[in-house]
Amino acid sequence: MDANTFLIQVLNGIQYGLLLFLVASGLTLILGIMGIINLAHGSFYMVGAYLAFSLSQHFGSLWLAMAGGVVIAVAIGLLLEWLLISRLYHRDHLYQVLLTYGLILIFEELRSVVFGDDVHGVAVPALLQASIPLTDTLSYPVYRLWMSAVCLALAAGMYLLIQKTRLGMMIRAGAVNREMVQSLGINIDLLYRLVFALGVALAAFAGMIAAPVASVFPGMGNQVLIVCFVVVVIGGIGSVKGAMLAAILIGLVDTFGKVLTLEIGGMRVLPELSGMMIYVLMAVVLLARPEGLFGRRG
Amino acid sequence: MADAVLRTERLTKHFGGLAAVNDVSLEFYTDQIHAVIGPNGAGKTTLTSLLSGDLVSTSGSIYLDGEDIAGLSADRISQRGVGRSYQKTNIFLPFTAFENCRLAAQSRLPSSMRFTRPALRYADVSREALRALAEVGLEHRAQEPAAALSHGEQRQLEIAMTLATRPRILLLDEPLAGMGGEESARMVELLQKLKCAHAMMLVEHDMDAVFALADRLTVMVNGSVLESGTPDQIRASAAVQEAYLGSEEQHS
Amino acid sequence: MRSPRAATVVLLVCLLALALLPLVAEKYYIQLFTKMMIMAIFAMSLDLLVGYSGLVSLGHAAFFGLAGYSLAFAAPQYEAANLWLSLPLAMAGSGLLALVIGVLVLRTSGIYFIMVTLAFAQMVFFLFHDTKIAGGADGIYVYAKPVAAIAGWEPFTLENHTQFYFVVLVLLVLVYAFLRMLLASLFGRVIVGIRVNEQRMRSLGYRTFRYKLACFTIAGALAGMAGYFAAAQFGFVSPDILGWHQSGGVLMMVILGGMGTLNGAILGAFAMMLLELGFQGLPAMGGVDIGKHWQLLMGGFIVFAVLLLPHGLLGLGRLASRLLRKPAEEAADG
Repeated sequence: MDANTFLIQVLNGIQYGLLLFLVASGLTLILGIMGIINLAHGSFYMVGAYLAFSLSQHFGSLWLAMAGGVVIAVAIGLLLEWLLISRLYHRDHLYQVLLTYGLILIFEELRSVVFGDDVHGVAVPALLQASIPLTDTLSYPVYRLWMSAVCLALAAGMYLLIQKTRLGMMIRAGAVNREMVQSLGINIDLLYRLVFALGVALAAFAGMIAAPVASVFPGMGNQVLIVCFVVVVIGGIGSVKGAMLAAILIGLVDTFGKVLTLEIGGMRVLPELSGMMIYVLMAVVLLARPEGLFGRRG
Repeated sequence: MADAVLRTERLTKHFGGLAAVNDVSLEFYTDQIHAVIGPNGAGKTTLTSLLSGDLVSTSGSIYLDGEDIAGLSADRISQRGVGRSYQKTNIFLPFTAFENCRLAAQSRLPSSMRFTRPALRYADVSREALRALAEVGLEHRAQEPAAALSHGEQRQLEIAMTLATRPRILLLDEPLAGMGGEESARMVELLQKLKCAHAMMLVEHDMDAVFALADRLTVMVNGSVLESGTPDQIRASAAVQEAYLGSEEQHS
Repeated sequence: MRSPRAATVVLLVCLLALALLPLVAEKYYIQLFTKMMIMAIFAMSLDLLVGYSGLVSLGHAAFFGLAGYSLAFAAPQYEAANLWLSLPLAMAGSGLLALVIGVLVLRTSGIYFIMVTLAFAQMVFFLFHDTKIAGGADGIYVYAKPVAAIAGWEPFTLENHTQFYFVVLVLLVLVYAFLRMLLASLFGRVIVGIRVNEQRMRSLGYRTFRYKLACFTIAGALAGMAGYFAAAQFGFVSPDILGWHQSGGVLMMVILGGMGTLNGAILGAFAMMLLELGFQGLPAMGGVDIGKHWQLLMGGFIVFAVLLLPHGLLGLGRLASRLLRKPAEEAADG
C-alpha cells in the first residue's frame, strides 16, 4: 500500500471514527446523565438519514434539509421523553431495554410504511463537492473533511457546554443527585428533557451528514447502535475521552480491516472477516481491562 | 500470649490524594474484643473493608495466622475464616431468616456446584443455619422473610449469617446501629458470649457498649491511629478526650 | 398470594391440554404449537439468566442459532442427521460458545453486560453472514429431518408432524423439570443469591464468577436445544436466527411473561407468538397493509406493557386474583 492510499484510509478511518463519536456521545450523554439505556438511539440516526433524504428532495437542498431535520429531531426527542422516557427513570434497566426495543420496532416499521424498504442515496451539497488532489489519480473528497471538522466542532461545543456553562453545571449536578437539584428549584424534568432531545439531535444530525457518504438503508440504525455499544465498552465506563479514543480506534480498525488482506493458516481472514474485527478488539479489551481503556474500576 | 489471629502492619488506603486509612498497625486476639472507635470519617469502615477484602489496600500488610492476605479477594478471605458484618444491613431481604443463614452456612461446603440434590436435603447445612440463628436468639423467627424483621432483628440476622460461616475472627461494623435500649442490651450480651470462641474487632459509636465490652481500645482520627490501649488508659488519655470522647459526651 | 397448589393444578391442566391437542387439531395448529413449545424452551433458558441470576443477555440468539447451524452442518444436502448424535453435539457446541463468550462478558455487569452480550452475538452473526462457512446471507436448507435411529431401530420419526410435536412436548416437560431441580439445588440457591446481593455472596465466601459462568453455559446449551429443533422444523437456517431480533424477541417473551418464574417464560412465549400471529393476520386498513407491518403493533404493545404491567403477564394474573379476592373478603367480613 503506498503512502497516498494509506493517507486516504487513515483519513477515512478518522472520519468514520469521529462520526461514531458523535452518535456515541449522544448515547453516553443519555446514559451517563439520565441513567437510561436507549436501544432506540440507532433509530434516531436512521431517522436523521431518512429525513435528510426526503427533505433534501423536498427542498432541493441538503442544507435546508439538515436544518429542518434537526428541528424535527429535537421535537421528536422532546415528545418521546415527555411521553415515555420520563416514566423509566425509576425502573430497572431491564424495562428500559424492553421499552426502547419496542421503540426500535415502531421506528423501523414507520420508516417502512412512510419511506419503503429501498436503499437511497443523498447528493453531496454543491458547495462541498470538490476534491483535494493528492496525486495525478488520487484525490480526497472535501465533504469527508468537512464531516470530520463538523464532528470535532460539535464535540468541542459539547465539552464547552457541559464543562463551562451554567446549564452544563446543572446537567452534571442532576446526573449526580436528581433530588437535590430539584430542591434547588431547578426544573429537573425540563433539564432531562433537554438532555434527551440533545442526544436525539446528535444522533439524527450524524445520520444526516453521513447520508451522502454512507447512503440511506433500512438496517443502518441497528448497525450503528451496536458499534456505539462497542465504542462505549472499549472507551470505558463514564469516560468521554475514552469514547473519543475508542471511536477513532474503531474507525481505523474497521476501515483498514476492509482494505487489507490477511491470511492466517491458509484461511483468508481479511477482508472477509473485517466485520468481526471490532468485536475481536472488544474481546481483547475485556480480557485485559474489563472496565475499558479509561474506565473507572468498580 | 498466643499469636495474633489477625495483624495489620502499616496498612494504608488512598482514595485519590486522600489517605482514608493511614499507616495503621493493629492486632486482634482470640478471646478478646478489640474495639475501634473514632469520629465519623475516621476511616473505621474503610479499615474493616480492607480487612474483609471488600477493598484493596494501597500499601501495608494484613497477616491472618501469619500469612499475608492483602490483595486477596473477599471470597478467599472469607474462606480463610474472616467473617464480617456490615454497618448498613446487608442481608438477603426476599429470603427467610433461615435461608439467609443457610446460604451463609452453605458457603463452607467444599463446592456448591451441585445440580441435582435439593439444597434443603443437606441436613448439616440446615443444622448449622439453625444453630447460628439460635446463637443470636432468632430461631423463633426463622421462617419470616428478612424484609419483615424489625431493624434490631435484621442486625441480629446480619451477625447470625456471619456466625454461620464459622469464622475465627469477627469484624463487626456498628452492630448496634439504630437499636433501642432493650435491643442494644441483648446485642451486648450476645457479643460478650461470642468472645471466647472468636477474635473480635468491634467498630462502634455506642460508648456505653464499647466500654462494657472492649478488652482493648483503639482510637482513630482522620485515618490514623491516635492511641491504642486498655479502656482505662484510653479513658484517662488527654489526647483522646480532646479529639473524641469529650465531644461524644457532649453530644450524648 | 396464589397458593402453590393452584399453580400446580393450572400447570397440569395446561399439560393435559397440550397432550390432547393433536387429537383435535389439524396439521397447521399442531405445527404452530410445536413452534410455540420450541420458543418456550428458548424462553426458559433465558429466564434462567434474566429471571434467576439477574444476567440480562441481549445476545442469547447466538446459542440458539449456532445449534441450528450445527444441525445444518450435520445434515448436508439431503442427508439426515442422527438425532441422538447431532442433538447432544449441537447443545455441546452452543454450551461451548456460551462458555467462551461468558468468560469475556461476565467481566462486566449491568448495562455494560447488556451491551457486550449484544455485541458478541452480532459478531457471531457476522461470522455466518459475511463468510462462506454456511451459505452466507442466503442461508442453508435442512432438507431432511433428523433421524432417531439407534442400531437400525427407529422409535419415532420426526418427519411426522404429530410425532415431532410430542417429542418437543416431552422435551419441554424435561427441560422444565430439569430447571426446577437445578433451582432447588445448591447451585440454584447460589445463583438466586447472586441476583439478590452478589457482593454479599462474595463476602460469604462464594466465587461468584464461576457460578455465573456455569449458569450462562447451561442456559446456552438449553437455547441450543431449542435452536436445533427450530431449524429441524423450519427446514432452513439463515443468519437471522442469530440476529438481534431473535435475541430481542425472546427477551421480550421472558420479561412480558413474568421473569423468574419459569411458568412466565412459557406463558410469554405462547402469548407473544399468538400476538404476532394476531397482528400479522389483521386486514389492511386505510391503504396500509397492517399485517405486513405487524412489528409496529408489536412495538406499541411492548411499550404499553412496560408502562402498565410492572410484573409482566403473570402480574396480570396476580392482580386479577387480588381484585377477585377483595369482594369475597368484604362479603366474609360483612
